[in-house]
Amino acid sequence: MKKGLKQLRKDSLIKLIVCIVVIIGAFCAFVQPLAFSIRQGLDLQGGTHVVLEAEDTPEAPVNDDAMQRVVSIMEKRVNELGLTEPIIQREGERRVIIELPGIKDPDKAIQTIGKTAMLEFKDEEGNTVLTGTDLKDAQAATNQQNGQNVVNLEFTDEGATKFADLTLKNVGRTIAILLDGEVLTAPNVREPIMGGKAEITGQKTLEEAQQLAVLLRSGALPVKVNIIETRTVGPSLGQDSKDKSKFAFAVGIGAVLIFMLIFYRMSGFIADVALMAYTIMLLFLLKALDATLTLPGVAGIILSIGMAVDANVLIFEHFKEEFRLGKSLRLAMDAGFDRAFTTIFDSNITTIIAAAVLFFLGTGTIRGFAITLGLGVILSMFTAITLTQYMLKLLIASKLFEHPAAYGVYDFIFSGKDVKKGA
Amino acid sequence: MHKFDVASRGKIWFIISLLIILPGFFCMGTRGFNFGIDFTGGTIIDLKFEQPVTVAQVRESLRPFGMDGSTIQLSGSDSEVESSQNVMIRTVDMEEAERKEVMAGIRSSVGDYQVMREEKVGAVIGSELILNAVEALVISWFLIILYVAYRFEWRFGVSAVLALIHDIIIVLAVFSFTQRQIDSSFVAAMLTIVGYSINDTIVIFDRIRENLKLHFRKGGDIYELVNRSIYQTLRRSLYTVFTVMFTTFALFFFGGETTKDFAFALLVGFAIGCYSSIFIASPLWIFLRNRSEKKKMPKAELVK
Repeated sequence: MKKGLKQLRKDSLIKLIVCIVVIIGAFCAFVQPLAFSIRQGLDLQGGTHVVLEAEDTPEAPVNDDAMQRVVSIMEKRVNELGLTEPIIQREGERRVIIELPGIKDPDKAIQTIGKTAMLEFKDEEGNTVLTGTDLKDAQAATNQQNGQNVVNLEFTDEGATKFADLTLKNVGRTIAILLDGEVLTAPNVREPIMGGKAEITGQKTLEEAQQLAVLLRSGALPVKVNIIETRTVGPSLGQDSKDKSKFAFAVGIGAVLIFMLIFYRMSGFIADVALMAYTIMLLFLLKALDATLTLPGVAGIILSIGMAVDANVLIFEHFKEEFRLGKSLRLAMDAGFDRAFTTIFDSNITTIIAAAVLFFLGTGTIRGFAITLGLGVILSMFTAITLTQYMLKLLIASKLFEHPAAYGVYDFIFSGKDVKKGA
Repeated sequence: MHKFDVASRGKIWFIISLLIILPGFFCMGTRGFNFGIDFTGGTIIDLKFEQPVTVAQVRESLRPFGMDGSTIQLSGSDSEVESSQNVMIRTVDMEEAERKEVMAGIRSSVGDYQVMREEKVGAVIGSELILNAVEALVISWFLIILYVAYRFEWRFGVSAVLALIHDIIIVLAVFSFTQRQIDSSFVAAMLTIVGYSINDTIVIFDRIRENLKLHFRKGGDIYELVNRSIYQTLRRSLYTVFTVMFTTFALFFFGGETTKDFAFALLVGFAIGCYSSIFIASPLWIFLRNRSEKKKMPKAELVK
């Protein structure tokens, strides 16, 4: 019998040590790489954020179909910029959000995006014969024979007929290709072009030809679109913010860990380990949900760590109370958890209600914030109820520390009038 | 323990809060708020020049564009000096082409620079964000009251939400008084405060509920019971506000310029949230409870 008890103590101790080592190890090894693998918002990595809004005009009212076409045209235009992870997202009824991380030349990008791109082919008299919808494709190329940079055009069937008609009537004259009323190029018509394919020559560099091809290709937007917001964060400011929030994170979490250790001793240490597990899990979930980490988001995480302690504090306070009533450590722990549970549950549910409403009714930033808040609360509840409880039970079962002081049941600041000494 | 009396001095706490709230309203009405471009619309340009420059130099370079009335600030760690490499310009909402001209103008007349940050906002989005948040908040208050009414009783729910509104008003008052800038991250800060404040209040109410069930007989001293409940949860209230404040202080001091106002809003909010859970929410609950008890009393006499 005695040997069995000893074995139980030993088992508990081993389990406890494994738990602690695994969690602390995982925390040290993964916190940084995990945090950095979550997609960073533009305020952290630098880049440009553009918000477009479609406007109703008598000719072209905004509707769902038009917005979808706007999005796909924007996707095309942005892809031409050759960025690694651009985001093009429709928001609400008539807005499109474009995020261009790590962009080198924001001005040019904003210009490319903002082109309303009303494409027209005009004859010398100024009559519009073709529009952007008639054009199927435009590609830049270098003519193999003469080394000239050209843009190859390909028309739709309808466009081909119109273009044939236009060139037939204008041999020897110039036609103008205009984008938003601005002449992009005014090529000379050498001969009638019947096959629906044409070539614009006279581009100085291949880059210039490509730029022209992009503009032609992106064609006409179905509705009038305005840029209502642009934000650019330079890479050095982004890096600076990243470094600073990293430091604030380390200081904040460090202070919390030390605080818990001082006020709750071994229980505090267990809570600290649970807190590390919480941090890892929260980061992992954010990563799994493909969340974007912005500066307020990082602040939210740092805060949630401060708040996650709350569930542990509640448990420990109930534990102390029960212990002072004369219960043994183990029984006091059980009773403490039971009583703390309803408190934790009710207080957190109210916060979750707030987060859920914000999530379902909010947009953009508010939504992102609601996710972090809601996840943080649920996870902190989960870790406190399961992990802290599990490890504390092991600790008590291992009988490693028998003196109640090791569990912080005596206080510094509330040198207790009603503190009864434990047996 | 005998000296610990919060509950029966409700009036004192209400008056203290009113002494902050009423001047706060006055301040909001007269001075208003310092809204960031998220709400007013406009352009912010943060530049880092290769050589230190003065405000006058930058202002002069903006004159040809009629923008010499813009707000120009030297920023960075040494913001009190006369010249600095870091300059922030806040001005009206500009068209893309216009902005480029202005930027080129600055480059040619002041010197070469690196763009740290550049923001242009039409006024619409920010106010939409606020409306959106306010709408969501009001709905969440009703749901919270409903939940608390179901789990506790309706008076707890109403007191908790009133304490919450109290916190929001005070944070707004402080921001109006200090004229710190309110931008869209302020909305996020307010939402965090809401989450914290409600959580903090419910923990105390939970203890009152427990004590009511366990120890309270009809006709007992409700003030004594509330005092005991507050005292029993006091350590937890303080410890939790400490840990949250630690992390927020870390953000405030080390998080950089961009999160400073955000962290400040949180610091004020957490302090007030902790205060109101103890000094406002519980006395409010007693007040509501006493009112309904009084209503019942004459009825009982009639039966006699």
